[in-house]
Amino acid sequence: MSGIQDKVETKVGVLIVLSLVVVVWGGLAQIVPLFFQHSTTEPVDGLKPYTALQLEGRDIYIREGCVGCHSQMIRPFRAETERYGHYSVAGEFIYDRPFLWGSKRTGPDLHRVGGRYSDEWHRVHLINPRDVVPESIMPSYPWLEENALDSGDIQTKMTTLVVLGHPYSDAEIEAAPATLEGKTELDAVVAYLQSLGLHVKQRR
Amino acid sequence: MSDFTSEFWSWFIIAIAGGGIVWLFYLLRGTNKADTEAGVPTGHVWDEDLQELNNPLPRWWLFMFYFTIFFAVGYLILYPGMGSFKGILGWTEVGEYEAEVAAADAEFGPLFAQFEQTPVAELASNEAAMNAGERLFVNYCSVCHGSDARGAPGFPNLRDNDWLYGGAPDQIEASIMHGRTGAMPSWEAPLGGADGVDKVATYVMSLAGRDVDETVAAAGKEKFDMFCVGCHMPDGTGNVALGAPNLTNNIWLYGGSPRSIKESIAKGRSGSMPAHSEFLGKAKSHILAAYVYSLSHKTD
Repeated sequence: MSGIQDKVETKVGVLIVLSLVVVVWGGLAQIVPLFFQHSTTEPVDGLKPYTALQLEGRDIYIREGCVGCHSQMIRPFRAETERYGHYSVAGEFIYDRPFLWGSKRTGPDLHRVGGRYSDEWHRVHLINPRDVVPESIMPSYPWLEENALDSGDIQTKMTTLVVLGHPYSDAEIEAAPATLEGKTELDAVVAYLQSLGLHVKQRR
Repeated sequence: MSDFTSEFWSWFIIAIAGGGIVWLFYLLRGTNKADTEAGVPTGHVWDEDLQELNNPLPRWWLFMFYFTIFFAVGYLILYPGMGSFKGILGWTEVGEYEAEVAAADAEFGPLFAQFEQTPVAELASNEAAMNAGERLFVNYCSVCHGSDARGAPGFPNLRDNDWLYGGAPDQIEASIMHGRTGAMPSWEAPLGGADGVDKVATYVMSLAGRDVDETVAAAGKEKFDMFCVGCHMPDGTGNVALGAPNLTNNIWLYGGSPRSIKESIAKGRSGSMPAHSEFLGKAKSHILAAYVYSLSHKTD
Protein backbone atom coordinates (compact mmCIF):
# COMPACT_ATOMS: atom_id res chain seq x y z
CA MET A 1 0.00 0.00 0.00
CA SER A 2 1.37 3.34 -1.06
CA GLY A 3 2.45 5.97 1.44
CA ILE A 4 -0.06 8.61 0.30
CA GLN A 5 -3.07 6.35 0.59
CA ASP A 6 -1.91 5.28 4.01
CA LYS A 7 -1.71 8.89 5.18
CA VAL A 8 -5.08 9.88 3.80
CA GLU A 9 -6.82 6.90 5.35
CA THR A 10 -5.24 7.17 8.77
CA LYS A 11 -4.98 10.96 9.34
CA VAL A 12 -8.52 12.24 9.86
CA GLY A 13 -7.53 15.89 9.38
CA VAL A 14 -6.01 15.20 5.96
CA LEU A 15 -9.07 13.14 4.98
CA ILE A 16 -11.43 15.99 5.93
CA VAL A 17 -9.42 18.61 4.05
CA LEU A 18 -9.16 16.51 0.89
CA SER A 19 -12.87 15.56 1.09
CA LEU A 20 -13.73 19.26 1.26
CA VAL A 21 -11.61 19.95 -1.81
CA VAL A 22 -13.51 17.27 -3.72
CA VAL A 23 -16.89 18.62 -2.58
CA VAL A 24 -16.19 22.29 -3.42
CA TRP A 25 -14.33 21.62 -6.66
CA GLY A 26 -17.33 21.98 -8.96
CA GLY A 27 -18.71 24.90 -6.96
CA LEU A 28 -15.43 26.77 -7.35
CA ALA A 29 -15.97 26.83 -11.10
CA GLN A 30 -19.78 27.12 -11.15
CA ILE A 31 -20.62 29.39 -8.23
CA VAL A 32 -17.64 31.59 -7.29
CA PRO A 33 -17.27 33.37 -10.68
CA LEU A 34 -20.96 34.41 -10.57
CA PHE A 35 -19.96 37.03 -8.02
CA PHE A 36 -17.60 38.55 -10.59
CA GLN A 37 -19.83 38.79 -13.67
CA HIS A 38 -21.46 41.96 -14.97
CA SER A 39 -24.73 40.24 -15.87
CA THR A 40 -25.25 38.80 -12.39
CA THR A 41 -24.09 41.73 -10.26
CA GLU A 42 -25.41 44.83 -12.02
CA PRO A 43 -29.07 45.92 -12.16
CA VAL A 44 -30.82 46.14 -15.52
CA ASP A 45 -31.52 49.67 -16.81
CA GLY A 46 -34.01 51.52 -14.67
CA LEU A 47 -34.20 48.97 -11.86
CA LYS A 48 -34.67 50.62 -8.47
CA PRO A 49 -34.68 49.05 -5.03
CA TYR A 50 -38.16 48.34 -3.68
CA THR A 51 -39.92 51.29 -2.07
CA ALA A 52 -40.80 50.99 1.60
CA LEU A 53 -44.35 49.88 0.75
CA GLN A 54 -43.19 47.35 -1.86
CA LEU A 55 -40.58 46.03 0.57
CA GLU A 56 -43.24 45.43 3.22
CA GLY A 57 -45.41 43.77 0.58
CA ARG A 58 -42.55 41.52 -0.36
CA ASP A 59 -42.12 40.47 3.27
CA ILE A 60 -45.82 39.64 3.48
CA TYR A 61 -45.51 37.69 0.21
CA ILE A 62 -42.79 35.68 1.95
CA ARG A 63 -44.80 35.37 5.18
CA GLU A 64 -47.86 34.01 3.38
CA GLY A 65 -45.75 31.49 1.50
CA CYS A 66 -46.74 32.72 -1.96
CA VAL A 67 -43.43 31.42 -3.28
CA GLY A 68 -44.61 27.88 -2.55
CA CYS A 69 -47.06 28.02 -5.45
CA HIS A 70 -45.84 30.92 -7.60
CA SER A 71 -42.48 31.11 -9.30
CA GLN A 72 -40.85 34.38 -10.35
CA MET A 73 -38.65 33.07 -13.10
CA ILE A 74 -39.71 33.03 -16.74
CA ARG A 75 -37.53 30.60 -18.62
CA PRO A 76 -36.36 31.30 -22.17
CA PHE A 77 -38.91 29.07 -23.87
CA ARG A 78 -41.48 30.40 -26.33
CA ALA A 79 -44.33 28.74 -24.43
CA GLU A 80 -43.40 30.79 -21.37
CA THR A 81 -42.65 34.10 -23.04
CA GLU A 82 -45.94 33.96 -24.97
CA ARG A 83 -47.83 33.59 -21.73
CA TYR A 84 -45.85 35.72 -19.32
CA GLY A 85 -43.65 38.08 -21.33
CA HIS A 86 -39.90 38.45 -21.78
CA TYR A 87 -37.81 35.78 -20.09
CA SER A 88 -36.21 36.75 -16.77
CA VAL A 89 -32.61 37.95 -16.66
CA ALA A 90 -30.24 37.92 -13.68
CA GLY A 91 -29.90 41.71 -13.49
CA GLU A 92 -33.59 42.04 -12.56
CA PHE A 93 -33.05 40.31 -9.21
CA ILE A 94 -30.19 42.47 -7.88
CA TYR A 95 -32.42 43.96 -5.17
CA ASP A 96 -34.09 40.67 -4.24
CA ARG A 97 -32.60 39.36 -1.01
CA PRO A 98 -33.34 36.55 -1.08
CA PHE A 99 -34.70 36.13 -4.60
CA LEU A 100 -38.11 34.45 -4.83
CA TRP A 101 -37.65 32.44 -8.01
CA GLY A 102 -39.47 29.50 -6.49
CA SER A 103 -39.42 26.04 -7.97
CA LYS A 104 -43.07 25.07 -8.29
CA ARG A 105 -46.00 26.47 -10.24
CA THR A 106 -49.28 25.48 -8.72
CA GLY A 107 -50.31 28.98 -9.76
CA PRO A 108 -48.87 31.00 -12.62
CA ASP A 109 -45.47 32.64 -12.70
CA LEU A 110 -45.60 36.16 -11.25
CA HIS A 111 -42.38 37.67 -12.46
CA ARG A 112 -44.09 39.96 -15.00
CA VAL A 113 -47.41 40.39 -13.23
CA GLY A 114 -46.65 44.10 -12.63
CA GLY A 115 -49.14 46.21 -14.57
CA ARG A 116 -50.84 43.16 -16.07
CA TYR A 117 -54.01 43.55 -13.99
CA SER A 118 -55.53 46.55 -12.27
CA ASP A 119 -54.94 47.26 -8.58
CA GLU A 120 -58.63 46.65 -8.02
CA TRP A 121 -58.38 43.22 -9.59
CA HIS A 122 -55.57 42.30 -7.21
CA ARG A 123 -57.57 43.50 -4.22
CA VAL A 124 -60.64 41.50 -5.14
CA HIS A 125 -58.55 38.50 -6.11
CA LEU A 126 -56.47 38.39 -2.92
CA ILE A 127 -59.52 38.72 -0.69
CA ASN A 128 -61.33 35.96 -2.54
CA PRO A 129 -59.88 34.63 -5.81
CA ARG A 130 -63.22 33.00 -6.76
CA ASP A 131 -64.82 36.43 -7.11
CA VAL A 132 -62.93 37.01 -10.34
CA VAL A 133 -61.69 33.56 -11.34
CA PRO A 134 -64.39 31.02 -10.47
CA GLU A 135 -62.11 28.08 -11.34
CA SER A 136 -59.30 29.27 -9.05
CA ILE A 137 -57.89 26.97 -6.37
CA MET A 138 -55.87 29.74 -4.73
CA PRO A 139 -56.59 30.25 -1.02
CA SER A 140 -58.28 33.46 0.12
CA TYR A 141 -56.28 36.01 2.07
CA PRO A 142 -59.04 38.17 3.58
CA TRP A 143 -56.99 39.23 6.60
CA LEU A 144 -54.62 41.25 4.40
CA GLU A 145 -57.34 43.86 4.01
CA GLU A 146 -58.04 44.00 7.74
CA ASN A 147 -54.46 44.05 9.03
CA ALA A 148 -52.88 47.47 9.33
CA LEU A 149 -49.32 47.45 8.07
CA ASP A 150 -46.79 47.12 10.88
CA SER A 151 -44.22 49.72 9.89
CA GLY A 152 -42.18 49.57 13.08
CA ASP A 153 -39.04 48.03 11.62
CA ILE A 154 -39.05 49.43 8.08
CA GLN A 155 -36.08 51.72 8.76
CA THR A 156 -34.08 48.84 10.22
CA LYS A 157 -34.84 46.76 7.15
CA MET A 158 -33.76 49.54 4.82
CA THR A 159 -30.54 50.37 6.66
CA THR A 160 -29.67 46.66 6.65
CA LEU A 161 -30.21 46.56 2.91
CA VAL A 162 -27.99 49.63 2.51
CA VAL A 163 -25.19 47.62 4.11
CA LEU A 164 -25.79 44.96 1.47
CA GLY A 165 -25.53 47.56 -1.29
CA HIS A 166 -29.09 48.78 -1.95
CA PRO A 167 -28.85 52.50 -2.80
CA TYR A 168 -31.46 53.93 -0.42
CA SER A 169 -30.78 57.57 0.41
CA ASP A 170 -30.96 58.85 3.98
CA ALA A 171 -33.97 60.93 2.98
CA GLU A 172 -35.80 57.86 1.68
CA ILE A 173 -35.15 55.97 4.89
CA GLU A 174 -36.19 59.02 6.91
CA ALA A 175 -39.48 59.29 5.00
CA ALA A 176 -40.22 55.56 4.90
CA PRO A 177 -42.54 55.23 7.94
CA ALA A 178 -44.65 58.15 6.73
CA THR A 179 -45.24 56.44 3.37
CA LEU A 180 -46.65 53.41 5.20
CA GLU A 181 -49.07 55.44 7.28
CA GLY A 182 -52.65 54.21 7.06
CA LYS A 183 -51.78 51.38 4.66
CA THR A 184 -53.06 47.85 5.02
CA GLU A 185 -51.13 44.69 4.31
CA LEU A 186 -53.23 44.36 1.17
CA ASP A 187 -51.99 47.74 -0.10
CA ALA A 188 -48.42 46.60 0.42
CA VAL A 189 -48.83 43.27 -1.36
CA VAL A 190 -50.58 44.92 -4.33
CA ALA A 191 -47.83 47.57 -4.53
CA TYR A 192 -45.22 44.82 -4.52
CA LEU A 193 -46.97 42.73 -7.17
CA GLN A 194 -47.48 45.75 -9.41
CA SER A 195 -43.74 46.49 -9.26
CA LEU A 196 -42.66 43.08 -10.52
CA GLY A 197 -40.84 42.63 -13.79
CA LEU A 198 -41.44 46.05 -15.32
CA HIS A 199 -37.91 46.75 -16.49
CA VAL A 200 -37.47 44.27 -19.29
CA LYS A 201 -40.08 44.62 -22.02
CA GLN A 202 -41.33 42.22 -24.61
CA ARG A 203 -40.09 43.23 -28.05
CA ARG A 204 -42.91 43.22 -30.59
CA MET B 1 -16.43 42.56 -23.79
CA SER B 2 -16.36 39.57 -21.53
CA ASP B 3 -19.07 39.24 -18.93
CA PHE B 4 -16.41 38.71 -16.26
CA THR B 5 -15.22 41.69 -14.27
CA SER B 6 -11.68 40.44 -14.83
CA GLU B 7 -10.20 37.91 -17.25
CA PHE B 8 -8.74 36.21 -14.20
CA TRP B 9 -12.09 34.51 -13.64
CA SER B 10 -12.10 33.01 -17.09
CA TRP B 11 -8.70 31.44 -16.45
CA PHE B 12 -9.83 30.45 -12.95
CA ILE B 13 -12.68 28.39 -14.43
CA ILE B 14 -10.42 26.89 -17.09
CA ALA B 15 -7.90 25.91 -14.42
CA ILE B 16 -10.52 24.28 -12.16
CA ALA B 17 -12.35 22.44 -14.93
CA GLY B 18 -9.28 21.50 -16.95
CA GLY B 19 -7.26 20.65 -13.87
CA GLY B 20 -10.07 18.42 -12.64
CA ILE B 21 -10.13 16.49 -15.88
CA VAL B 22 -6.35 16.06 -15.92
CA TRP B 23 -6.34 14.94 -12.29
CA LEU B 24 -9.08 12.36 -12.89
CA PHE B 25 -7.15 11.07 -15.90
CA TYR B 26 -4.04 10.73 -13.74
CA LEU B 27 -5.95 8.82 -11.07
CA LEU B 28 -7.43 6.45 -13.66
CA ARG B 29 -4.01 5.81 -15.14
CA GLY B 30 -2.88 4.90 -11.62
CA THR B 31 -5.39 2.06 -11.35
CA ASN B 32 -4.38 0.76 -14.78
CA LYS B 33 -0.70 0.37 -14.02
CA ALA B 34 0.82 -2.79 -15.33
CA ASP B 35 2.45 -3.23 -11.93
CA THR B 36 -0.91 -3.38 -10.17
CA GLU B 37 -1.09 -7.10 -9.72
CA ALA B 38 -4.27 -9.00 -9.03
CA GLY B 39 -4.54 -10.65 -5.62
CA VAL B 40 -2.08 -8.43 -3.70
CA PRO B 41 -3.56 -7.34 -0.37
CA THR B 42 -3.52 -3.66 0.62
CA GLY B 43 -2.81 -4.56 4.20
CA HIS B 44 -6.32 -3.72 5.46
CA VAL B 45 -7.79 -6.54 7.50
CA TRP B 46 -11.19 -6.67 9.17
CA ASP B 47 -12.82 -9.32 11.27
CA GLU B 48 -9.60 -11.29 11.64
CA ASP B 49 -9.25 -12.53 8.07
CA LEU B 50 -11.26 -10.26 5.73
CA GLN B 51 -8.71 -8.58 3.47
CA GLU B 52 -8.90 -5.76 0.91
CA LEU B 53 -7.15 -6.52 -2.37
CA ASN B 54 -5.67 -3.96 -4.73
CA ASN B 55 -6.99 -5.37 -8.01
CA PRO B 56 -7.04 -3.23 -11.15
CA LEU B 57 -10.48 -2.03 -12.33
CA PRO B 58 -12.24 -4.29 -14.81
CA ARG B 59 -11.53 -3.10 -18.35
CA TRP B 60 -15.16 -2.31 -19.30
CA TRP B 61 -15.52 -0.21 -16.20
CA LEU B 62 -12.25 1.59 -16.79
CA PHE B 63 -13.29 2.39 -20.35
CA MET B 64 -16.53 3.92 -19.13
CA PHE B 65 -14.48 6.33 -17.04
CA TYR B 66 -12.26 7.10 -20.02
CA PHE B 67 -15.38 7.73 -22.06
CA THR B 68 -16.65 10.32 -19.56
CA ILE B 69 -13.34 12.15 -19.88
CA PHE B 70 -13.50 11.98 -23.66
CA PHE B 71 -17.11 13.24 -23.54
CA ALA B 72 -16.19 16.12 -21.23
CA VAL B 73 -13.34 17.27 -23.45
CA GLY B 74 -15.54 17.07 -26.55
CA TYR B 75 -18.37 18.93 -24.82
CA LEU B 76 -16.12 21.71 -23.60
CA ILE B 77 -14.73 22.18 -27.13
CA LEU B 78 -18.19 22.30 -28.74
CA TYR B 79 -20.18 24.19 -26.08
CA PRO B 80 -19.46 27.15 -23.79
CA GLY B 81 -17.97 26.08 -20.48
CA MET B 82 -14.28 26.96 -20.38
CA GLY B 83 -14.42 30.52 -19.02
CA SER B 84 -14.90 33.05 -21.81
CA PHE B 85 -14.45 30.46 -24.57
CA LYS B 86 -17.76 30.30 -26.46
CA GLY B 87 -17.37 26.81 -27.90
CA ILE B 88 -16.96 26.16 -31.61
CA LEU B 89 -20.69 25.53 -32.19
CA GLY B 90 -21.49 29.07 -30.98
CA TRP B 91 -24.47 27.72 -28.99
CA THR B 92 -26.18 30.07 -26.53
CA GLU B 93 -29.34 29.71 -24.46
CA VAL B 94 -30.71 32.96 -25.89
CA GLY B 95 -29.79 31.84 -29.40
CA GLU B 96 -31.76 28.62 -28.93
CA TYR B 97 -34.74 30.59 -27.64
CA GLU B 98 -34.60 33.00 -30.56
CA ALA B 99 -34.40 30.12 -33.02
CA GLU B 100 -37.51 28.62 -31.41
CA VAL B 101 -39.34 31.94 -31.70
CA ALA B 102 -38.16 32.44 -35.30
CA ALA B 103 -39.39 28.96 -36.25
CA ALA B 104 -42.81 29.72 -34.74
CA ASP B 105 -42.94 33.11 -36.46
CA ALA B 106 -42.12 31.48 -39.79
CA GLU B 107 -44.95 28.98 -39.25
CA PHE B 108 -47.63 31.26 -37.82
CA GLY B 109 -46.45 34.67 -39.02
CA PRO B 110 -48.18 34.62 -42.42
CA LEU B 111 -51.45 33.50 -40.82
CA PHE B 112 -51.27 36.26 -38.20
CA ALA B 113 -50.42 38.79 -40.92
CA GLN B 114 -53.44 37.67 -42.92
CA PHE B 115 -55.72 37.90 -39.87
CA GLU B 116 -54.32 41.31 -39.09
CA GLN B 117 -55.33 42.59 -42.54
CA THR B 118 -58.85 41.19 -42.27
CA PRO B 119 -61.46 43.61 -40.89
CA VAL B 120 -62.80 42.66 -37.44
CA ALA B 121 -66.37 42.02 -38.55
CA GLU B 122 -65.19 39.63 -41.27
CA LEU B 123 -62.62 37.97 -39.01
CA ALA B 124 -65.36 37.31 -36.44
CA SER B 125 -66.92 34.75 -38.79
CA ASN B 126 -63.57 33.12 -39.66
CA GLU B 127 -63.57 29.83 -37.77
CA ALA B 128 -59.78 29.40 -37.68
CA ALA B 129 -59.27 32.93 -36.43
CA MET B 130 -61.93 32.52 -33.76
CA ASN B 131 -60.38 29.26 -32.54
CA ALA B 132 -57.13 31.15 -32.16
CA GLY B 133 -59.02 34.05 -30.59
CA GLU B 134 -60.63 31.81 -28.00
CA ARG B 135 -57.26 30.42 -26.95
CA LEU B 136 -55.76 33.88 -26.76
CA PHE B 137 -58.75 35.06 -24.75
CA VAL B 138 -58.50 32.22 -22.25
CA ASN B 139 -54.79 32.87 -21.91
CA TYR B 140 -54.72 36.65 -21.60
CA CYS B 141 -58.22 37.94 -20.81
CA SER B 142 -60.09 35.32 -18.82
CA VAL B 143 -58.36 36.17 -15.56
CA CYS B 144 -60.51 39.32 -15.28
CA HIS B 145 -63.32 38.78 -17.79
CA GLY B 146 -63.87 35.12 -16.93
CA SER B 147 -63.23 32.05 -19.07
CA ASP B 148 -66.84 32.35 -20.30
CA ALA B 149 -66.32 36.11 -20.93
CA ARG B 150 -69.23 36.93 -18.63
CA GLY B 151 -67.03 39.02 -16.36
CA ALA B 152 -67.35 39.51 -12.63
CA PRO B 153 -68.49 42.42 -10.46
CA GLY B 154 -66.24 45.27 -11.55
CA PHE B 155 -65.00 43.41 -14.63
CA PRO B 156 -67.24 43.81 -17.66
CA ASN B 157 -69.31 41.04 -19.20
CA LEU B 158 -68.25 40.89 -22.85
CA ARG B 159 -71.23 38.88 -24.13
CA ASP B 160 -74.09 41.26 -23.37
CA ASN B 161 -73.43 43.82 -26.15
CA ASP B 162 -73.42 46.59 -23.56
CA TRP B 163 -70.26 48.66 -23.89
CA LEU B 164 -68.64 51.19 -21.59
CA TYR B 165 -66.29 52.42 -24.31
CA GLY B 166 -68.17 51.40 -27.40
CA GLY B 167 -68.67 48.09 -29.17
CA ALA B 168 -67.56 49.06 -32.67
CA PRO B 169 -64.58 47.02 -33.89
CA ASP B 170 -62.06 49.83 -33.63
CA GLN B 171 -63.36 50.86 -30.21
CA ILE B 172 -62.89 47.31 -28.92
CA GLU B 173 -59.45 47.14 -30.44
CA ALA B 174 -58.49 50.48 -28.90
CA SER B 175 -59.64 49.24 -25.48
CA ILE B 176 -57.40 46.18 -25.80
CA MET B 177 -54.37 47.97 -27.24
CA HIS B 178 -54.33 51.12 -25.14
CA GLY B 179 -56.32 50.20 -22.06
CA ARG B 180 -59.08 52.22 -20.40
CA THR B 181 -59.35 54.03 -17.12
CA GLY B 182 -62.78 54.72 -15.73
CA ALA B 183 -63.38 56.91 -12.73
CA MET B 184 -66.66 57.55 -10.95
CA PRO B 185 -66.01 60.09 -8.19
CA SER B 186 -67.46 59.81 -4.73
CA TRP B 187 -70.75 61.76 -4.56
CA GLU B 188 -71.70 61.30 -0.94
CA ALA B 189 -70.68 64.82 0.11
CA PRO B 190 -72.01 66.76 -2.92
CA LEU B 191 -75.34 64.94 -2.66
CA GLY B 192 -75.67 65.88 0.99
CA GLY B 193 -75.04 62.53 2.64
CA ALA B 194 -76.91 59.24 2.68
CA ASP B 195 -80.30 60.81 2.07
CA GLY B 196 -79.19 62.41 -1.19
CA VAL B 197 -77.52 59.18 -2.27
CA ASP B 198 -80.78 57.30 -1.57
CA LYS B 199 -82.77 59.69 -3.75
CA VAL B 200 -80.37 59.55 -6.70
CA ALA B 201 -80.11 55.76 -6.41
CA THR B 202 -83.88 55.54 -6.51
CA TYR B 203 -84.02 57.71 -9.63
CA VAL B 204 -81.25 55.63 -11.27
CA MET B 205 -83.28 52.49 -10.61
CA SER B 206 -86.32 54.13 -12.18
CA LEU B 207 -84.19 54.89 -15.26
CA ALA B 208 -83.55 51.17 -15.55
CA GLY B 209 -87.29 50.56 -15.50
CA ARG B 210 -87.54 49.23 -11.99
CA ASP B 211 -90.50 49.88 -9.70
CA VAL B 212 -89.64 52.68 -7.29
CA ASP B 213 -91.31 55.30 -5.14
CA GLU B 214 -92.11 58.03 -7.67
CA THR B 215 -91.78 60.95 -5.25
CA VAL B 216 -88.34 59.85 -4.07
CA ALA B 217 -87.29 59.32 -7.68
CA ALA B 218 -88.50 62.80 -8.61
CA ALA B 219 -86.38 64.26 -5.80
CA GLY B 220 -83.46 62.20 -7.05
CA LYS B 221 -83.96 63.47 -10.60
CA GLU B 222 -83.30 67.04 -9.46
CA LYS B 223 -79.95 66.06 -8.07
CA PHE B 224 -79.23 63.78 -11.05
CA ASP B 225 -79.81 66.69 -13.43
CA MET B 226 -77.42 68.77 -11.38
CA PHE B 227 -74.54 66.37 -10.82
CA CYS B 228 -74.77 63.27 -13.04
CA VAL B 229 -75.82 64.38 -16.51
CA GLY B 230 -72.32 65.59 -17.40
CA CYS B 231 -71.15 62.02 -17.86
CA HIS B 232 -74.30 59.88 -17.84
CA MET B 233 -76.25 62.28 -20.14
CA PRO B 234 -79.67 63.76 -19.37
CA ASP B 235 -81.47 60.57 -20.43
CA GLY B 236 -79.03 58.36 -18.47
CA THR B 237 -77.73 56.52 -21.53
CA GLY B 238 -74.11 57.27 -20.69
CA ASN B 239 -71.19 58.36 -22.81
CA VAL B 240 -68.73 55.95 -24.43
CA ALA B 241 -66.15 58.72 -24.78
CA LEU B 242 -65.87 58.82 -20.99
CA GLY B 243 -66.68 55.22 -20.23
CA ALA B 244 -69.78 56.42 -18.39
CA PRO B 245 -72.18 53.47 -18.29
CA ASN B 246 -75.66 53.45 -19.71
CA LEU B 247 -77.97 53.47 -16.67
CA THR B 248 -81.16 52.62 -18.52
CA ASN B 249 -80.57 49.00 -19.54
CA ASN B 250 -80.50 47.35 -16.11
CA ILE B 251 -76.96 46.05 -16.69
CA TRP B 252 -74.77 46.80 -13.69
CA LEU B 253 -71.00 46.49 -13.67
CA TYR B 254 -70.77 46.68 -9.88
CA GLY B 255 -74.04 44.96 -9.07
CA GLY B 256 -77.63 46.16 -9.43
CA SER B 257 -78.88 45.71 -5.89
CA PRO B 258 -79.99 48.97 -4.19
CA ARG B 259 -77.08 48.57 -1.82
CA SER B 260 -74.51 48.21 -4.63
CA ILE B 261 -75.94 51.15 -6.55
CA LYS B 262 -75.86 53.33 -3.44
CA GLU B 263 -72.31 52.28 -2.77
CA SER B 264 -71.27 53.15 -6.33
CA ILE B 265 -72.80 56.61 -5.93
CA ALA B 266 -71.56 57.27 -2.42
CA LYS B 267 -68.02 55.92 -2.64
CA GLY B 268 -67.35 56.14 -6.35
CA ARG B 269 -65.77 53.43 -8.49
CA SER B 270 -62.64 53.16 -10.53
CA GLY B 271 -62.05 50.59 -13.21
CA SER B 272 -58.91 49.99 -15.13
CA MET B 273 -58.24 47.96 -18.22
CA PRO B 274 -54.46 47.65 -18.71
CA ALA B 275 -52.91 48.45 -22.10
CA HIS B 276 -51.83 45.38 -24.06
CA SER B 277 -50.23 46.76 -27.22
CA GLU B 278 -46.70 46.23 -25.99
CA PHE B 279 -47.30 42.76 -24.58
CA LEU B 280 -49.60 41.31 -27.25
CA GLY B 281 -48.74 43.36 -30.32
CA LYS B 282 -51.07 44.45 -33.11
CA ALA B 283 -51.95 41.09 -34.64
CA LYS B 284 -53.03 39.35 -31.44
CA SER B 285 -54.92 42.43 -30.26
CA HIS B 286 -56.74 42.48 -33.58
CA ILE B 287 -57.70 38.79 -33.34
CA LEU B 288 -58.84 39.31 -29.76
CA ALA B 289 -60.91 42.31 -30.80
CA ALA B 290 -62.59 40.13 -33.41
CA TYR B 291 -63.19 37.37 -30.86
CA VAL B 292 -64.69 39.78 -28.35
CA TYR B 293 -66.78 41.32 -31.13
CA SER B 294 -68.00 37.85 -32.13
CA LEU B 295 -69.20 37.11 -28.58
CA SER B 296 -72.06 39.58 -28.93
CA HIS B 297 -72.48 39.42 -32.72
CA LYS B 298 -73.30 35.82 -33.40
CA THR B 299 -73.46 35.31 -37.14
CA ASP B 300 -75.02 31.84 -37.15
